[in-house]
Amino acid sequence: MHLILFFIFAGFCLAGAINLLLQSHPIASALSLIVVMTSLAVLYLLLGAEFLAAAQVIVYAGAIMVLVTLVVMLLNAGREERTHGSHAAWLVGFPAVATILAVIATVILHLQRMGVAKLGDGITSTAELGTVLFTRLLLPFEVTSVLILIAILGAVALARRGNGEGTAGK
Amino acid sequence: MNGILHLWLIPLLPFAGFLLNGILGRKLPKWLVTTVALAAPLAAFGVALGAAVSFSASNSLPWVETLPFAWINIAALHVNFSFVLDQLSLVMLLVVTGVGFLIHVYSVGYMDGDEGYARYFSYLNLFLFFMSVLVLAGNALMMFIGWEGVGLASYLLIGFYFQKKSAADAGKKAFIVNRIGDVGFLFAMFLLVANFGTLTFTEIAAKLGQCSGWTGGVVTVIALCLLLGAAGKSAQLPLYIWLPDAMEGPTPVSALIHAATMVTAGVYMIVRMHVLFNHSPFALGVVALVGAATALFAATIGLAQNDIKRVLAYSTISQLGYMFLACGVAAYSAAIFHLLTHAFFKALLFLAAGTVIHSLGGEQDLRRMGGLWKKLPVTFAVTTVGVLAIAGFPPFAGFFSKDAILYAAFLQQPHGRVLWAVGVVTALLTSFYMFRLWYMAFLGKPRSSDAPLHESPWSMRGPLVILAALSLGGGWIGIERTDGWLNMERFTSFLAPVVGAKSVAGGGARLELELSAIAVGAALLGWLVAYLFYRQSSTVPARLAAALPHGYKLLANKYYVDEIYGATVVKPLLGFSKYILGWVVEVGVLGGAAWLLAGSAKFVGAILQYWQSGNLRSYAAWLAVGAAAVLLFLLVPWATAWPATLDFVWKATGH
Amino acid sequence: MNSLFAQEVPLSWYLMLSAILFSLGVVGFLIKRNLITMFMSIELMLNAVNLSFVTFARQWSAVQGQLFVFFVMVVAAAEAAVGLAIIISVFRARATLAVDKLDRMKL
Repeated sequence: MHLILFFIFAGFCLAGAINLLLQSHPIASALSLIVVMTSLAVLYLLLGAEFLAAAQVIVYAGAIMVLVTLVVMLLNAGREERTHGSHAAWLVGFPAVATILAVIATVILHLQRMGVAKLGDGITSTAELGTVLFTRLLLPFEVTSVLILIAILGAVALARRGNGEGTAGK
Repeated sequence: MNGILHLWLIPLLPFAGFLLNGILGRKLPKWLVTTVALAAPLAAFGVALGAAVSFSASNSLPWVETLPFAWINIAALHVNFSFVLDQLSLVMLLVVTGVGFLIHVYSVGYMDGDEGYARYFSYLNLFLFFMSVLVLAGNALMMFIGWEGVGLASYLLIGFYFQKKSAADAGKKAFIVNRIGDVGFLFAMFLLVANFGTLTFTEIAAKLGQCSGWTGGVVTVIALCLLLGAAGKSAQLPLYIWLPDAMEGPTPVSALIHAATMVTAGVYMIVRMHVLFNHSPFALGVVALVGAATALFAATIGLAQNDIKRVLAYSTISQLGYMFLACGVAAYSAAIFHLLTHAFFKALLFLAAGTVIHSLGGEQDLRRMGGLWKKLPVTFAVTTVGVLAIAGFPPFAGFFSKDAILYAAFLQQPHGRVLWAVGVVTALLTSFYMFRLWYMAFLGKPRSSDAPLHESPWSMRGPLVILAALSLGGGWIGIERTDGWLNMERFTSFLAPVVGAKSVAGGGARLELELSAIAVGAALLGWLVAYLFYRQSSTVPARLAAALPHGYKLLANKYYVDEIYGATVVKPLLGFSKYILGWVVEVGVLGGAAWLLAGSAKFVGAILQYWQSGNLRSYAAWLAVGAAAVLLFLLVPWATAWPATLDFVWKATGH
Repeated sequence: MNSLFAQEVPLSWYLMLSAILFSLGVVGFLIKRNLITMFMSIELMLNAVNLSFVTFARQWSAVQGQLFVFFVMVVAAAEAAVGLAIIISVFRARATLAVDKLDRMKL
């Protein structure tokens, strides 16, 4: 059961990712990314991370991607133009990526003590998460809340009308 | 008698005078500058005189003073600041400070009204400081300090009227030619350190004394190097060219530095190192040869000069040649004796010439002088004394010293007679041109313009009179009567503890008498010829010059030596500097290297500039490359991967 | 058939998936010319990493792995907010979202 589910949803991930690359309209890419994220949420469930699965759907797919879609629609971004702006990206970047993938893949394949995941096993309860979060990782937790505050302020300041508008169109 | 000497005062007092007048001179009133300038040499002379009185008779010479802090202490070489007073340096010191003081007094009158008055006296005091350091030095390095310092003072004083290009050039020439000689001195010091391990004169003499059979070899090389240095400083062939040009300086400077004291430093140095020279007969021969050749050479040039100071300059070179000749035949006391008497009469002659020039308002050409004996009687009288002294007439001072030199030369084996003959011919020539000067300047009809003439003030006449008295009687102090004839035994025995006594074979009073007679006869002959040429009729010299135009031109143009040097040495050097060093090295190599460095940085920068395209995607690509590189480096176990890869490739290619 | 309905999946397969997703994200960053799409590729990369964290958390039964993912999500959210605000500013200034046209930061 686990295996089938894994294959299906891993397939969705990959399909979504590849579709993201192939589409020329950003809104299509955004929707593909939402597919990837929800598939990943299911994979988290399969691995026993219930809370994370929920958070993934709520935060990532539900908030971040919505924001992205909003911006796409706000800016009325159209299809991409095919420009040949960078040869380096193709000539240099692709081999690099291939190398990265090859190295990581080789390492993964040589890992010797990786176990297996069983469906229904090793489910992490939210209480467990919460305990560690609010005791040992309390400081990072508080710091991230400050971080979010700063991000809000920054976003508001940047996106305000009157910020960098004078040079548009010149 | 055990007195306490403070030798260090002797250099120090003039140095203090130099500092005071040099730094504050322009703001001080003239009487103060004069007082400071005169007090220094007088005080130094006083100390030297005191030393002479209290020490010369006793056995406490040599007196050595060493400053309490060491100078060089490297491995086995120890050099200190040491001052040594012995009979030799005492004689030199008295000459330097005594004649120096007289010339200072003379300068007060001569330089009166000159705007560089304080500067002049500060330089003069500086000279005295360095000269006394040179004379009192106990080791070669100290002497070198004085050596270089007097060269510096000479440069400053020759170029005193620095706004005149010829004066500035003359100063440069003097310094540069001196420096060429100094290379010899330096080399000699290097060799001394390498072979003797010490630069102190007494230690060198002791080491040489231990190996008495050691002649030639390194000692000859050292001696020849020292000769080069002495030739530069004392204006011998081939480095004499700076001395005639040095007449651009004020006349008292010519008197002090280029007649009485600085140019004698070379002779002094040779006498100081006489132990070294004694161990190298070859070097001594070279010294004698150089001296004799210079004496004759300079005398011939002096025949045709028309500038009064140039005549005296060439006569100085010639007389220095005599001193070198004396050193070359190992008659060191004779050389020093001649140094002493020469200081007197040459300073006198220069100062008298200065008076003439001063009175005529700057005229230096003999052809435009004449008939001055009426208007400048005192100057005429003292000049007569000086001329008689330099020509070598008894009982004036020059007679005894020149005689002693010729006598020692005659007795020298194996070629002494040739040297003697050269000396006699030179004496003839000397007498001729000095009397020529005397006739042209003072006697005959006045040829100068009718400007009002006046005798100089007593500050100028006083030293002249004193020097004249010394020129007359200065020789008597060194002589005594032995074997029925007067010779310089007293002087020789005075200096004997330092320079040793030379035993001459085949001498004798009768030979000495004969030789003296010949020398005096030569001098008389010269006077006669000069009388015929310049007193009786004044067309003979012109006709002679017309009859031998090339000969006359050669002499009048100083054998074109300066031009030869200019073409063979100076011009190639300048060309080398300008073209090879200036263009090839400076522009090509150095400029090229700098250009290359900067250019390559620019070049690399220009290439790298294309990398910074502003394009986000190419930046991202390079980021990915970097990440891949880091991953590769970290995750691949290179120690085992490389052989494994090689194995893989080996097998994959079908082996 | 039985094997298809197996209850176990080797964890290294999850890691492999994560690696592939990550490289796809890098490729997307390299080839896409729209700013927003590039930003989305970054999010894809982050998600891939999240997956591997969860996998390792499962491997070693360590809750910290999942908590790290939690923090990654928070930071990603903040980053998204600020990043999109920047994209909006850039669009206002340059009226274009094509990355190739935004190359003024060069010599």
